[in-house]
Amino acid sequence: MKKFDKERLLLAVAGPVIALVVAVALTSVVLIASGKNPIEPYTIMFEQASFSDIQVLIINQASLYYIAALAVAIGFRMNLFNIGVDGQYQLAAMMAAVVGAHANLPAVLQVPLLLLTAVFTGAFWSGIAGVLKVTRGVSEVVATIMLNAIATSVIAYFWLPSVFGVKVGNNNTTGEMHESGWIPGFDMGAAGEIYGLVVLAALLGIGYWVVLNRTRFGFDLRASGASETAAAASGVNPKRMVLTAMLLSGGLAGLAGLPILLGDSHTYSLNFPTGIGFLGIGIALLGRNNPTGIAFAALLWAWLDKASPELDFHGYDKEIAVIMQGLIVIAVVVSYEAVREWGLRRQQRRVGAELAAGHVLGANAGTSDNNTSKEVAGR
Amino acid sequence: MTAVELAGITKRFPGVVANHDIHLSVRKGTVHALVGENGAGKSTLMKILYGMQKPDEGTIAVEGEQVTFHSPADAIGRGIGMVHQHFMLADNLTVLENVVLGSEKLYGIGGRARRKIVELSERYGLGARPDALVEELGVADRQRVEILKVLYRGARILILDEPTAVLVPQEVDALFANLRELRAEGLSVIFISHKLGEVLSVADEITVIRRGTTVGTAIPAETSPRQLAELMVGSELPTPETAESTVTDRPVLAVEDLRLVAPGGKALLDDISFTIHEGEVLGLAGVEGNGQTELIEALIGLKGADSGTITLAEEEITSWGTRRRREQGIGYIPEDRHRHGLLLEAPLWENRILGHVTEKPNAKGVWLDIKGAQEDTRRIVEAYDVRTPGIDVTAASLSGGNQQKLIVGREMIHKPRFLIAAHPTRGVDVGAQAAIWDLIREARREGLAVLLISADLDELIGLSDTLRVIYNGKLVADADPATITPEELGSAMTGAASGHLENEELVEQLEEQADAPEDEAR
Repeated sequence: MKKFDKERLLLAVAGPVIALVVAVALTSVVLIASGKNPIEPYTIMFEQASFSDIQVLIINQASLYYIAALAVAIGFRMNLFNIGVDGQYQLAAMMAAVVGAHANLPAVLQVPLLLLTAVFTGAFWSGIAGVLKVTRGVSEVVATIMLNAIATSVIAYFWLPSVFGVKVGNNNTTGEMHESGWIPGFDMGAAGEIYGLVVLAALLGIGYWVVLNRTRFGFDLRASGASETAAAASGVNPKRMVLTAMLLSGGLAGLAGLPILLGDSHTYSLNFPTGIGFLGIGIALLGRNNPTGIAFAALLWAWLDKASPELDFHGYDKEIAVIMQGLIVIAVVVSYEAVREWGLRRQQRRVGAELAAGHVLGANAGTSDNNTSKEVAGR
Repeated sequence: MTAVELAGITKRFPGVVANHDIHLSVRKGTVHALVGENGAGKSTLMKILYGMQKPDEGTIAVEGEQVTFHSPADAIGRGIGMVHQHFMLADNLTVLENVVLGSEKLYGIGGRARRKIVELSERYGLGARPDALVEELGVADRQRVEILKVLYRGARILILDEPTAVLVPQEVDALFANLRELRAEGLSVIFISHKLGEVLSVADEITVIRRGTTVGTAIPAETSPRQLAELMVGSELPTPETAESTVTDRPVLAVEDLRLVAPGGKALLDDISFTIHEGEVLGLAGVEGNGQTELIEALIGLKGADSGTITLAEEEITSWGTRRRREQGIGYIPEDRHRHGLLLEAPLWENRILGHVTEKPNAKGVWLDIKGAQEDTRRIVEAYDVRTPGIDVTAASLSGGNQQKLIVGREMIHKPRFLIAAHPTRGVDVGAQAAIWDLIREARREGLAVLLISADLDELIGLSDTLRVIYNGKLVADADPATITPEELGSAMTGAASGHLENEELVEQLEEQADAPEDEAR
């Protein structure tokens, strides 16, 4: 049965490759339409990727994207659309920054405290949407979008000097965190430092895969995503599963801002990166909710981000990268659906052909009688 | 004069040839039956004739003129109308509004349309009330509205797809009277069915379709049901009859005063009480939508009971969730396998885990035991004759019958104490049907208690040890499958009869020859 496995791999790769090719082609069309060279921007950006300082930036940025995308993906796996990752990670990062600035424990306690603060804040924020969905039937899409807006206001409130805020010049911050909560990075010499929590991102990816594919809970979650009705009939409590998945997604989301918070900025200020939750949606889509796929997608996104500023110096607009990101997301959605349908049909055809040829599991070839081997497939 | 002539029609779908070299000739002013088993290709053929699908090969001629249909609108333009098995009516509109909907240009929406409807209704004896709300109509009346809709659009050739599937025997007779009216007026009817008795009584001509191709035609007067059936199946017929009783006096499942109320306060299930013993198959007859689905959901734990108790082997399980019930030995063959029984895009071995994720060999502690599940899937595939090239293919790529065998195998291999079997052979080919019947019979011999729900009255009567009739959420009648006829069961299903049903003639006969074995009396 190896050939069905190989085929699955082929299908898994075909979707993103088609999407990327289409997106590049369309971006080139945009470049031609604006009277620019359609090839040169790519060569410039590729060249950027060969510089070690840019590579460090890419990896650091990708770690944030990766965690945010995992958070989105866990929702996707059970048909929940957590648009609120953005609010969840910002609020969680701010809470961690506040705790880090006020508590001062030894590092072995301080770091876990900060991580847990972030996880619980994110889970709490997404849990509100989960509870609303389970008890009142409110769509999680609407609830999480609203919660994003509320999170922005909450953050603005916490920034008030009378609450947790510390003004540094014109910047709002939460004050510098105690050093016991800082996480040292990997020193790359002149190229800079890779965040220590990049390791956490990798571990989360492994954990995501193990939980989803190797545990009973993961099976229930995937079953709920594949068919809510079949999962319920199989014994999954749909409400509990919705709530659990929302909490997990939010908890993961809470960690998305920490690599930069604990590794570099050490405070939650106006400069803290925003919008990572939304980018995570596109990255999770491109990565097909698969931890390896998401890793590649996160690196691709980070590369587009970090290599594009150079374009400005060559007479191109760096927004080309943004156009490309948008086109990738659109192309991904279309190409995945097309590849999925094509793969399903192709497999049906092949199964039909194999059965007709008498390749039936457990039956010796040739012994299958004519009556049954020509059966008509019901869909 | 031929109304419709199909010649050499071939239609291929991924993996299968749904229709192959089909020849069908319908004379004008006749009722022409198209018979074949579920999955033989009848519906595909009719979709081709109605313009919903294009044939890969072959020609269609309507009244001697060759045509090509790109959409149902083309077919309607040629005077072909289709009454679907599942009605397509808007419940909250009146009969008049439903008929006019989409064809406002024909006779307007006012008095002219009303006159046309009344005229059609009278001419063909359809008895339509233009101002009645469709939601107030029964199934048979709705079907007549569908027929009226088709006639209103000027159809001269009517396709009826399994029109009797939703009707009880008395309603079937009324429908046939309508069909004869249509025929008398010179219209042609193509009647799709797999019920031989009906076909023989109403059709002027019969075309038999088997495994996607037409295998012969028959004239009812010269054909016996047995001959027709063998033409249809291509081999000896299996029968669902069970040989000897295995019923014991040890109760497995006891339901007492079960009541389930819809959000509006309407009782979906009321005062339901029954007991199923070890080795007993309890058959539940009823027209669909009379509470069967709710009863299944209450038993499997998808819906909580509003009052009453459910007891499994002397343990009250009313408050248990679905998972616990399944772990404790309730097997479930769902009525809609695509919605409730399978993950269509997941491989077979994951489908083997579905519903039994906490049980061996699928899990060790909180971890999945993928190897164990895969090995066991291979065992199921072999033991239950699931025709597949391997266990990594998706469930969607199997035929309906093989999907069903996988589900039955999955449930049976866990040795349930009580099995809910809802339409276990629906949409399944004859080979698989016989195999599934055998499996149920075998498990029953080993002490399994079964609740069998089926629309196929022969299957119900043949497999059950006890019969109950559900009507409007209540168990209204019981019967002994050894003596009951489908017609009597049918009248109880409409609520016309209640209490203990007995066929008096048959009982007398039985008493006379008391030594005759019971189930041969049928």
